[in-house]
Amino acid sequence: MAIRSFFLFILFFSSSLSPVFSLYEDQVGLMDWHQQYIGKVKQAVFSSQRAGRKRVVVSTEENVIASLDLRHGEIFWRHLLGADDVIDGIDIGLGKYVITLSSGGSILRSWNLPDGQMVWESSLQGPKHSKSFLLVPTNLKFDKDNVLVVFSNGRLHAISCIDGEVLWKKDFEAESFEVQQVILPPGSDLIHVVGFAAFSQFEMYQINAKNGELLKHESASFSSGFLGQVSLVSTETVVALDSTGSILLTISFQDGKISSQQTPISNLVEDSLGPAVIIPSSVSGIFAIKTDAVTIFIRVIGKGNLEVVEKTTHEIAVSDALSISEDQQAFALIQHASSEIHLTVKLAHDWDGNLLKESVKMDRQRGLVHKVFINNYIRTDRSYGFRVLIVMEDHSLLLLQQGEIVWSREDGLASIIDVTTSELPVERDGVSVAKVEHNLFEWLKGHMLKLKGTLMLASPEDMAAIQSMRLKSSEKSKMTRDHNGFRKLLIVLTRAGKLFALHTGDGRIVWSYLLRSLHKSEACQSPIGLNLYQWQVPHHHAMDENPSVLVVSRCGPSSDTSGVLSFVDTYTGKELSSLSLDHAVVQVIPLPYTDSTEQRLHLLIDADKHAHLYPKTSGALSIFKREFSNIYWYSVEDQNGIIKGHALKCKCTGEVADEFCFDTRDLWSVVFPSESEKTIATVTRKLNEVVHTQAKVVADEDVMYKYISRNLLFVATVAPKGSGEIGSVTPEESWLVAYLIDTVTGRILHRVTHHGSQGPVHAVFSENWVVYHYFNLRAHRYEMSVIEIYDQSRADNKDVWKLVLGKHNLTSPISLFSRPEVITKSQSYFFTHSLKAIAVTSTAKGITSKQLLLGTIGDQVLALDKRFLDPRRTVNPTQAEKEEGIIPLTDSLPIIPQSYVTHALRVEGLRGIITVPAKLESTTLVFAHGVDLFFTQLAPSRTYDSLTEDFSYALLLITIVALVAAIFVTWRLSERKELQEKWR
Amino acid sequence: MAAVTPLLLLLLLSSAPSFSSGSRNAYNINGRVKIPQGPGTKGYALPGRMSNVKVLLNGGQNITFLRPDGYFSFHNIPAGTHLIEVSAIGYFFSPVRVDVSARNLGKVQAALTENRKGLSELVLEPLREEQYYEIREPFSIMSLLKSPMGLMVGFMLAVAFLMPKLVENMDPEEMRRAQEEMRSQGVPSLSSLLPGGAMN
Repeated sequence: MAIRSFFLFILFFSSSLSPVFSLYEDQVGLMDWHQQYIGKVKQAVFSSQRAGRKRVVVSTEENVIASLDLRHGEIFWRHLLGADDVIDGIDIGLGKYVITLSSGGSILRSWNLPDGQMVWESSLQGPKHSKSFLLVPTNLKFDKDNVLVVFSNGRLHAISCIDGEVLWKKDFEAESFEVQQVILPPGSDLIHVVGFAAFSQFEMYQINAKNGELLKHESASFSSGFLGQVSLVSTETVVALDSTGSILLTISFQDGKISSQQTPISNLVEDSLGPAVIIPSSVSGIFAIKTDAVTIFIRVIGKGNLEVVEKTTHEIAVSDALSISEDQQAFALIQHASSEIHLTVKLAHDWDGNLLKESVKMDRQRGLVHKVFINNYIRTDRSYGFRVLIVMEDHSLLLLQQGEIVWSREDGLASIIDVTTSELPVERDGVSVAKVEHNLFEWLKGHMLKLKGTLMLASPEDMAAIQSMRLKSSEKSKMTRDHNGFRKLLIVLTRAGKLFALHTGDGRIVWSYLLRSLHKSEACQSPIGLNLYQWQVPHHHAMDENPSVLVVSRCGPSSDTSGVLSFVDTYTGKELSSLSLDHAVVQVIPLPYTDSTEQRLHLLIDADKHAHLYPKTSGALSIFKREFSNIYWYSVEDQNGIIKGHALKCKCTGEVADEFCFDTRDLWSVVFPSESEKTIATVTRKLNEVVHTQAKVVADEDVMYKYISRNLLFVATVAPKGSGEIGSVTPEESWLVAYLIDTVTGRILHRVTHHGSQGPVHAVFSENWVVYHYFNLRAHRYEMSVIEIYDQSRADNKDVWKLVLGKHNLTSPISLFSRPEVITKSQSYFFTHSLKAIAVTSTAKGITSKQLLLGTIGDQVLALDKRFLDPRRTVNPTQAEKEEGIIPLTDSLPIIPQSYVTHALRVEGLRGIITVPAKLESTTLVFAHGVDLFFTQLAPSRTYDSLTEDFSYALLLITIVALVAAIFVTWRLSERKELQEKWR
Repeated sequence: MAAVTPLLLLLLLSSAPSFSSGSRNAYNINGRVKIPQGPGTKGYALPGRMSNVKVLLNGGQNITFLRPDGYFSFHNIPAGTHLIEVSAIGYFFSPVRVDVSARNLGKVQAALTENRKGLSELVLEPLREEQYYEIREPFSIMSLLKSPMGLMVGFMLAVAFLMPKLVENMDPEEMRRAQEEMRSQGVPSLSSLLPGGAMN
């Protein structure tokens, strides 16, 4: 009790209104780290500028365009486009502008290559949706103005490179015309547009590049139709596959005349291969087709004579062509061989000769090569050198030059799906990795420097030395567990199916593992990772075991494909085992029980509503049987607007005789009327959240009891009309309803309607409160509301005499089946920004006050004290309430710049915020991820239980010295005085 | 007030050409972001700070960037009421409510949502600069004295030097009585606490 009151005292002490999170500029990087990524590269264009630093401009699947340093792989500049603004093509115009075509070919932008400033933006419209092409001809001029040719939305545009002005446009309105290629033969003023129409028609349009005039239109009919893409083998020849995928059509349109030739694939290759697809490539004279197992390279000789040049069963990747001189084109080819990749650079017309052949050792954990981009440079001896940029299966980007990996970027980390944490090993002999201080002299020097710093005597060089010393402190990046619990491993699962372990101290990658179970295989066509769970967290009796995580994945995008489980050791990064399930995984419920080896019990619900218990051990089964009737869960059916509660029934009946399979039954269901409500958000409390006390002492020494239940669900529904974007509805036809539902009984504990409001709703649930963010259409501002729920059945326990006489009901069992007497309090406030994510800090014992972490639209994370969202705020709080720390009510929530957790940084493309408690009660670890990663430590009530980083030991030392000196001086004085007294 | 309203209307009308219209029911919203580049804007002057400014429509539905002169535009926006936000590190911008009129060929009316101020033109300026870091106070004797250590030393000094002065001014009778009392209670004097004190 003494400790509790002590903590309360401290909390009260720390509850001043000033922003709690605040940082001095020289503290940046001490406890936080920030990493910038770009995502999986889709397209890369090398800048051919002679002077200045070599750059490569890339576009990625995360909708990033970035300019990278070709020497080191660092980002010069980068822009993240909107989520719907998918990049279709990039190129460099005039050597100094980066041109991007995005949003399905409807937005064309130009960026300044050196600094990334947008120069102009054009909106391109067209009659209908189509493929889009961006071409930057080098020789096409229009009044001294370079011209871009863009085909998008069924319209061909010629656009000025300088200002984005549309010079001319030409519509292709024919109903069924589907463009396949736009060709600019070099050295002429013609543009060829080829495509298919009405299934079996091949169409060719010849257009004057000067004015967009249609010069010629030819068409030819092919009764067998077409399949997939065409490959351009020269400026006047394309190769296509017929609809069966077994006959190659070589179509040439020389001088506007269409002629064609059909070659069955079986004529070229003896053994039948099954249906093939064309791999688009731009290498003249050569194209590739791919069947399930084989990739075949075919050369076109003359007018439609085909010849197989190579047939390979290896995984292979080909680059686009690179013209190295007037009539020579080179391209790169990468083949895999166990732990190496072979890079060959060939000339387009000479398959057998190699310009370059290199082998590079490749980490197996990077998987296959997905894309290759080639660039050349001129060596000192005037011969051509080649460098290639490769994109791997794990989305990483590497630059190869002279048989070596010059640099690599782990861009898989730009697309994190799920995050969990793992403890580091306990410090033991031989476990510790980090070096301790080198020697006494160094140590002394360091401390002298620090002392100089505190006494403000240090020169700027000294300050820089101090700063780097603080940042490099080996203490925070050790590979062992620390006393405060600041050092942990962040285990992240990326979209590429790779697991990374990041050290919280400095963000470095400790290990990475490309999940074998997420490899494409016969049984599993397009595996996708879903979630990460802590599988084994050893602490008491299983100390020797390493912790492990469970990765749940499934074989396809739909929820009824079968699931795959893998178990990965978090110390070594090795896969312990993997299980291919014969059932689907719709829902995973981690149960709060562990078996004798501290493996966490998990219940997997499949598509047929059977529950499967993992791990499949008898120990787990016996624990599970004991808790059989206490297991409840719920499911949300978004489309139908139904929330159902479930419980276990019995062992599986029917054909599957499996001890670990159970039938389930529906307990309750809440059906929202589909014509007026559509669920858009559901939130529950975090499973591992710790609540310190149920009682909340309010003003006047009164007590309120929080209604704390793990089975509360927050549901937000909106009017179906209002589920779209802002501005699509009027306030009268839009509303938002918030529910608090008990997931065991299905009872609705609270329901509130916000008229004239709409989504998107971001909500967070913690302890006995929920905070949600939505849009208020009437005020046209964002709003945040808080609902707190209190238990009234315990409200009469306040009488001390009752407690003394034992007449209280504190020990009576809590059952969710009895109707809870609850009251709710709520309040709403305006909030300035749109949100992308919301989270709440969590600490080890739940004593420290809470902060909300708001991921704003500007990709920053703002810490907002929960006391600003207290429904008991009033305009004029009484003296007692003020003492309790209640803030006077204002209509909007304050945004204090110093409380931005991310300070002057942006977590570009923010998607999620995760908080993990440290062992130290005052501190919580925050990890925000998007395209960038950001990690920091937060102390919502300041670090009341440890000395802060900037605690001045020198001052303490000086004080002690001064005190000792004072003692001696006064002793002398008093002695002398006593002597004088005696003499008197 | 009556005089002000026509003036405001006039401004709106005159600025109408800058809010150009598109085809059918889709309109363009054009505007400008102005960031004061005065001598007062010091601090973390990031290179290319204009290039890192984003303009977001309806909570990220559309995102666009600024041209070198600060102009931006959203294309193909349906008529209705929209929200424009500006994200710029170091500045606080109020979101802007933008009404695109269907009747008046996409005429745009704008108002800041933070202070409900109407805008005659869609020119967005930051409400204030944002300082993300605490300013470190320069070294001063006062701050040293105010720290717990300083207070300790100060108190110590006060006791050591002021107390004897107080004692001196005391009545010798009273002093003796107090000393008697202390001795009887067995409170050790400072000198007896120290090793040398035990000798007398």
